[in-house]
Amino acid sequence: MYKYDHYDRKIVNQRVDQYEDQLNRYFNKELTDEEFRPLRLQNGLYIQRHAPMLRVAIPYGLLSSNQLRALADIADEFDRGYGHFSTRQNIQFNWPKLEETPKILRKLADVEMHAIQTSGNCIRNITTDPYAGVTPDEIVDTRYIAEILRQWSTFHPEFALLPRKFKISISGSKQDRALVKTHDIGLELVKEDDNLFVNVFVGGGLGRTPVIGQLLKEKLPIEHLLSYCESIIRIYNLYGRRDNMYKARIKILVKALGVESFKKQVEDDWNDGKNSSNHLNDKEISRVKQFFTSPDYEVLESIHLEGQYSEDQNFLKWIKRNTRDHIKIGYRSVTISLKGKKQTAPGDIQSTEMRVVADLADQYSFGEIRSTHEQNLVLADVKEKDLFDVYSVLRENNLGEANIGLITDIICCPGGDFCSLANAKSIPIAKSIDNLFDNYDFLFDIGTISLNISGCMNACGHHHVGNIGILGVDKDGSEWYQITLGGQQGVNASLGKVIGPSFSADEVPAVIKEILNIYIAQRDTEEEEFIDCYNRIGLDPFKEAIYKN
Amino acid sequence: MDTQLIKNKELVLNDWFWIVPDTSNEEVKKQAGKVVQFKLTGECFPSDATLNNVILPEAEKVIVPLRLFLLQTDKIKKKYKEYGIWIYSHDELDLFSHLKEDINSFPVVGVYVEKFADGRIYSLGNLIRRKLSYKNDLRALGDVFKDQLFYLARSGFDSFLIKDGYDAKKALLGLEDFSYSYQGTLSQKPLWGER
Repeated sequence: MYKYDHYDRKIVNQRVDQYEDQLNRYFNKELTDEEFRPLRLQNGLYIQRHAPMLRVAIPYGLLSSNQLRALADIADEFDRGYGHFSTRQNIQFNWPKLEETPKILRKLADVEMHAIQTSGNCIRNITTDPYAGVTPDEIVDTRYIAEILRQWSTFHPEFALLPRKFKISISGSKQDRALVKTHDIGLELVKEDDNLFVNVFVGGGLGRTPVIGQLLKEKLPIEHLLSYCESIIRIYNLYGRRDNMYKARIKILVKALGVESFKKQVEDDWNDGKNSSNHLNDKEISRVKQFFTSPDYEVLESIHLEGQYSEDQNFLKWIKRNTRDHIKIGYRSVTISLKGKKQTAPGDIQSTEMRVVADLADQYSFGEIRSTHEQNLVLADVKEKDLFDVYSVLRENNLGEANIGLITDIICCPGGDFCSLANAKSIPIAKSIDNLFDNYDFLFDIGTISLNISGCMNACGHHHVGNIGILGVDKDGSEWYQITLGGQQGVNASLGKVIGPSFSADEVPAVIKEILNIYIAQRDTEEEEFIDCYNRIGLDPFKEAIYKN
Repeated sequence: MDTQLIKNKELVLNDWFWIVPDTSNEEVKKQAGKVVQFKLTGECFPSDATLNNVILPEAEKVIVPLRLFLLQTDKIKKKYKEYGIWIYSHDELDLFSHLKEDINSFPVVGVYVEKFADGRIYSLGNLIRRKLSYKNDLRALGDVFKDQLFYLARSGFDSFLIKDGYDAKKALLGLEDFSYSYQGTLSQKPLWGER
């Protein structure tokens, strides 16, 4: 993974100094609340219901074991012994003290981490495929391009105060696991005759106006990636709406102008700036790429786990759900579920569990961990022959839940329990759904399905692209939940459709159960997944059954 | 020296009179629609009537709104020894095309931000330097204090009129917030060249 040199270290340390000075001026009343707000947000600091919330960046979801241990130490020393992985592959601490935040940032800087641009109206953490570099369907490894984008977007002088937040995602595989079509800019890397190109999508997003991004530029040569993004964001910075925060994202501008007219403005700007100083060269691309070479894989043979562990059905279930194919024979990638019965909220992880995962990474997966936008963790390079040992340690530490891609692998925002923006609680809803599935056979019978919950229309829980989406809404001061069906991420990204009037929190589990019963009754074969069944039969059978009473 | 003006990385005497028309009675544009209106929603400009009523103060050097300069060019040229122009952060770059003068005949061009969180000023800096090839003093005006200075300097600005009530001496240090920057700008190469 990327290692800091003295330039990176200096920049991150100076950022802590700058932030500490801003905080002191705020305490000394040299900065007003209104002035300090964008400054603290650019450093990931929110003022929440109970305490400030600090969001720490995990660039493109890649983390070393030492960094994870440092996060565990921070959780113990400055928080309540846990952290929360977000849908932007970052980690959040919910209980730090405002005056202690510079200290936390210094501890982070010691392990080459920071909270830069994890919030605020600027370019946020670049996200990508958590299986980059190890997935068999990969065309291009996205990690080095993501690192180049991270550096370019860090303190970009023109884009510190955009009309609204700006999210960039990048994918390099046949299956899009980075949601490029629901980002402000989505980048799809493609290769032709060993030359690298980028398909640039723009104006996608979730939030209160969900939009699927449109293709703005096909096959942009990689050397122009930064200058092209600059022109897009420059036009947005100048023309995006600033008087209404709900209409300020780039998707609204692209929609108002039409993608062709938007493109014309972008290209007019780009054409005389594309060979500017941020024109990438091969030397820089190779310099960053060398940080992401393959680890020293052993030459192994594939193991027939089903035969060897036929008595241990739980292990085999876990293998089926929580591990996936790897580019190297004899290796698999392990996804550790943070959605078990013992977790207080989806994505939550105790400091003790962080240390367990860090040790496993050291012992079995080259000391690296990845976070996923589904709020789980990944050990990317585990030998098949070590899988049982890894599983045993995880199970002993309540991290052995075999539910990746199943309905209890819920994506969920912190919701009304923590977040001051939320209309409704989301964690108790996730728990109540989770409680439906004490019977693992039922869970496995339902098979692959996604259920996403957001506590408000800001859609941090990505409810629009959940096969089942749940959105917390406020009706006359009480909490209600609107349910959507048919959302999907990936190359066939689509947005869910609202099923009908919303439900109270008590009604939600029964409604979910009814939806699943209809699916099971209507599916062609056991192999037909929920989303395929839904696409075949449509919304009506679900709607009729649910509202008949 | 009691001054709020930073230029070329030091505090300097401000002998420029900055003319700001009163827009408190102007209508704020509300409707969003096409792009130009989109950009203008929530903003207002001084009307021609307001501009025609601006009384030109006694001074040697002034910075006047470009819109005022376009309306009262001859008067301004006659009255002042030196004059610069400024635009609002919601002005179109095209406004400069109405000038008969070469933009480089102005010793100062300013961009005004009403609110600190308005980041358009940075992109306008880039455009004024790159598209209009402006070479002289580019000045940030309005809600300007320490925390914008590092970015503003890298977006092409070389002078900053620090907002009244804010410590300009402290603000000066903002220019030194970082020793290195990753990305290149119009005047600086990206860090990767050094690595």
